[in-house]
Amino acid sequence: MGRWSTAARTPLGLTAAVLAGSVLGLAVLAPVVWGTSADAVDTGSILSPPSGEHWAGTDNLGRDILARTLVATRLSVLLALAATAIAVLAGLVLGTAPFLLGRRLGRVVTAAVNIAVAFPGLLLALFFATIFGVGATGAVFAIGLAGAPAFARLTQTLVAGVAARDYVAAARVAGVGRLRVLLRHVLPNISEPLVVNATVGTGAALLSFAGLSFLGLGVQQPGYDWGRLLYDGIGAIYVNPAAALTPGAAVLVAGLAFNLVGETVAKALGVGGVARRPGRAPRAVPGLAPVAADEAPRAVGDDLVLDVRDLEVTVPGARGPVRPVRGVTFSVRRGEALGVVGESGSGKSLTALAVSRLAGDLARVEAGRLTLLGTDLTEADGRAHRRLLGTSLAMVFQDPTTSFNPTRRVGAQLAEGARHHQGLGRAEALARAVDRLGAVRIPEPERRARQYPHEFSGGMRQRAMIGMGLMGSPSLVVADEPTTALDVTVQQQVLDLLADVRAADDVALVLISHDVAVVRSVCDRVVVMYAGRIVEDLPAASLDDDARHPYTRALVAAVPDMDTDLEAALPVIPGTPADPGALPPGCAYAPRCPLASARCVEEDPSLVSDDTGHRVACWHADGPAEAATTAAPGEVGVP
Amino acid sequence: MNGLVFEDVRVGFGATTAVDGVSLAVPPGAVVGLVGGSGSGKSTLARAAVGLTPFTGRITLDGEPVPTRGTYRPVQMVFQDPYSSLDPRMSIGDSVSEPMPRSMPRTGRHAEVARLLELVHLDPARAAARPADLSGGQRQRVALARALAARPRVVIADEITSALDVSIQGAVLNLVRELQAELGLSMLFISHNLALVRYVASHVAVMHAGRLVEEGPTHRVLADPEHDYTRQLLAAVPRGDRPSRSHR
Ligand SMILES: Nc1ncnc2c1ncn2[C@@H]1O[C@H](COP(=O)(O)OP(=O)(O)OP(=O)(O)O)[C@@H](O)[C@H]1O
Ligand code: SF4
Ligand SMILES: [Mg+2]
Repeated sequence: MGRWSTAARTPLGLTAAVLAGSVLGLAVLAPVVWGTSADAVDTGSILSPPSGEHWAGTDNLGRDILARTLVATRLSVLLALAATAIAVLAGLVLGTAPFLLGRRLGRVVTAAVNIAVAFPGLLLALFFATIFGVGATGAVFAIGLAGAPAFARLTQTLVAGVAARDYVAAARVAGVGRLRVLLRHVLPNISEPLVVNATVGTGAALLSFAGLSFLGLGVQQPGYDWGRLLYDGIGAIYVNPAAALTPGAAVLVAGLAFNLVGETVAKALGVGGVARRPGRAPRAVPGLAPVAADEAPRAVGDDLVLDVRDLEVTVPGARGPVRPVRGVTFSVRRGEALGVVGESGSGKSLTALAVSRLAGDLARVEAGRLTLLGTDLTEADGRAHRRLLGTSLAMVFQDPTTSFNPTRRVGAQLAEGARHHQGLGRAEALARAVDRLGAVRIPEPERRARQYPHEFSGGMRQRAMIGMGLMGSPSLVVADEPTTALDVTVQQQVLDLLADVRAADDVALVLISHDVAVVRSVCDRVVVMYAGRIVEDLPAASLDDDARHPYTRALVAAVPDMDTDLEAALPVIPGTPADPGALPPGCAYAPRCPLASARCVEEDPSLVSDDTGHRVACWHADGPAEAATTAAPGEVGVP
Repeated sequence: MNGLVFEDVRVGFGATTAVDGVSLAVPPGAVVGLVGGSGSGKSTLARAAVGLTPFTGRITLDGEPVPTRGTYRPVQMVFQDPYSSLDPRMSIGDSVSEPMPRSMPRTGRHAEVARLLELVHLDPARAAARPADLSGGQRQRVALARALAARPRVVIADEITSALDVSIQGAVLNLVRELQAELGLSMLFISHNLALVRYVASHVAVMHAGRLVEEGPTHRVLADPEHDYTRQLLAAVPRGDRPSRSHR
C-alpha cells in the first residue's frame, strides 16, 4: 500500500524499520550464532573489564557479556510479546464485555476496569508475581495482566465510539447478533489503533520485564534475559560497569524500536485512515486548463463592498495541486444580498474562505482584484488587514457548535474580538456583547451572556454567532450554510435575522447554500457555481422563469416545493458533480447536460453579460428551457 | 389492528422525556410522513420501533409486538447519514446481504444482492465496491437496498435526504416512491421538510416536544392545519413565489 511505503521513507519510519529489523533479526539469529560462546565458562578471566577479546567484559563465571546480551534478545522479546498477548487478550475481553453484555452488566465491568486502571501497574505486577510464583511464567502473567486494564479501557472507548455509528445500529436492526456485530463491524474498525497500542505496549512490557528481573522476580538462573543480566551486572558495577550498561542499552534500544514502530504505524494510519466524503476531499488534477478571465461584472461603483476578480484557489491534492476555484468574478454592493448556490464541492465555501482570508496555509489564493471596502486584500497581509477583516466582515459558519470555544462564557467570547480590534475596555466590550446578543433577539441577554455555549440551543448559538459578527459594524456578512444544521422553524428565524441585520444597517450579505429555495427567499441576486466557476449570475426573481444556464434550471427544478406536481417524478440531474481534479476540456457541465453539443465538449464557454447584467456561461443559453431538465424516473447509474 | 401501530409510546432519557405518549398507525401499503423540528422526538420514536431504544407502551405489527430480537426483523430503518450508516470496511454487496438469512446459500445471496442493487438503480457489478467509492446518493441507495434485503413489511426512513445535496435528493425521493408503488411497502417517512413529505406521503403526523400534535391526510393537514405548530411549520417552508424580503 502506498501509505506504508511513504511512511517507511520518513526519517522516523526508516529508523523504526532498521531498529525493529535488527532486534527481531537478533532474536532469531543470536542464539544460533553466539549460543555456545555465551555459555562458554572461562575461569581464567572472571569479572574482567572490557577487552579486545570480551568487548563488554565477562561475568562471575567468565562468560562473555556481549554474547550473553545478544543471545538474551530472543527470550526478552518473546517474554515481552507473550505478556503483550496476554494484555491484549484480557483487555479485549474486558473492553468488549460492556458491548456484549448490554447496559447494566456492562456498567459493572466498566467500573471494575476503571478501578484497575487507577492501580499502579508495578504494584499489580508484584501482586501477580507473588501469586504465580517467582519465575518467567509468573512474570509474563504479572506483566500481561497488569497491562490489561489500560488496554481494556482503550478498547472500551474505541468500541463505544464505533458502537454509536449508524452502521452498527443498522446491523442490529438487520437482526445480526451482538457477537457477530462485534466481530464484523466493530473490531475491524478499531483494529488500527489497537495494533498501534499493542506495539507500543510491547516496548513497555520489555522495560517492565527488565524491572521485574532486576528485582529478582523475573527469569531465574540458569535462564537469562536482559533484566537478569542487568541484575547480575549491577552487582559488579564497580568492577565492570559495562556488565550492567550493555544489557541496559539493549533494553533501551529494543524498547525504542517498538515505540517507534508503533508511532510510524500510527502516522501511516492517521493519513487516510478514515473514509472521506467525496467532493470534500482534495482530488488530483492531471493538467490545469488556463483560466479564462470572466467578463467584468456590471458597473463598478463606489458603493462596492466586496469586489473580486479572477479569484483562483489552488490546494494540494494527492497527485499534485488541484484548483477547486477557477477564476471567479463577482461583486457585492452595500446592502445587497447575494446568494451563492451549487452542489457539494463546487467551490462555494472555498470562495468565501478565500475572500475572508481564512482559506488556510495550504491553499494558495490568487486574484486579479480582491478588495473589501476599497482596501486591497491581495497585498501583504498585515495588522491593518486583519483589523479591517475583523471589524468589517462577519463570517457565519454552518455548524454553530464548532464556532464557539466550549470552555468560555458566550459573552466573554463575543467581547474578546471587540477588545482586540476596537480597543474597547473590558466592561465596555462586555456591555456591547450583551447589547449585541439582544440585537440578535436572544432573550435575557445579560443572563445568557454569562452562560456557556452548551447551554444555548443550536439556533441560539447560531444567532450568537451572528451577534459576534455584529460586535464591530460590519459592512459584509458572509454566511456559509448558516441554517443547514438547524431545525426548520429555527432556520427561518436565522434567515429572518440575517435579513433584518441587512436592512437595519445596509449591510451586504453573501449567503451560501446548496438549496435554491433558501437563497431565493433571502437574496436579491444569485450566482450559481459549478466546478469552481460561476456559470450564471442572475436576479433571484428570475430563478424560476428566466434562468438561462441548464444547470441553474436543473437545480431549481430538482427541489420539490408546495406546488410540485404529485403525479410526475421529480426532475433529477444525471451523473455526479465534476471532480475538480479531473475536469473535461470543454464545459465542465457537458457530461450531465441534456443540451450538450460537440462544441460544448471541446470549448469551455466564458461568462458573458447581457445589458441587464445577467451573466451566463453556456453555448446554448438561449436553448429551450424544457429541454434543459430531465425527468427520468428509472434512470440507471445516476448519483 | 393492521400495520405498524404505536400505542401510548413513551421514551425517557434520564430526566427528559423524548417521546411522550405517542399513538400512531402506519397502515399496510401506506406512506405516513412524520414531521417536526429537531429534538421533537421523531428519530427516537423510530429507534424505539426497531429496538434500538427501550420504551414503554406498545409497538405492534399486525397485532403482534414488533420482534426486536432474533434474525427476523420485519421493520427496517434507513438512517439519515449515508456516510456513517455503511461500514467503511465492508463491500456494499456484503452490507446488502447482511440482513439475509444466514442459511441462504452463497449463490442465492449473490443473486439477491444483484436483484436488490438493480432495484435501487445501482449497477450489480459494483457489489465489490467500498462505500468510499460511492457518492452520497449512491450510498443512500445501498442503505435502502440493505433495508429491503430483510424483506421488511415496514421501512422507516429517517431524514434520508437531509445529508444529501438537493440535486441528489430528487433521485432518492423518486426511488422511494417507485419502490413503494412496486413493492407495496408501508413506510414511515420522517422529515423536517414539509414539501418532501407532501410529495411522498399520503398521511402526515406532526410531532412537537415529544407529543403528536396533529395527524391526518396530507392534503388536509397542509391545506387546513389545525394545530399552531403545524401552521408555524408551514410558514417556514421557503416558497418560490415569496417576494424577496429586504426587511420585515
Ligand atoms: N482546505 C482544503 N484543502 C484541500 N482541498 C480542499 C480544501 N477545502 C476544500 N477543498 C476542495 O475544494 C473543492 C471545493 O470545496 P468547497 O468546500 O468550496 O465546496 P462547497 O461548494 O462549499 O461544497 P459543500 O456544499 O459540500 O459545502 C472540493 O473538491 C474540496 O475537496
Ligand atoms: S455549454 Fe453546452 S454543455 Fe455546457 S451547460 Fe451550456 S449547453 Fe450544457
Ligand atoms: Mg461548503
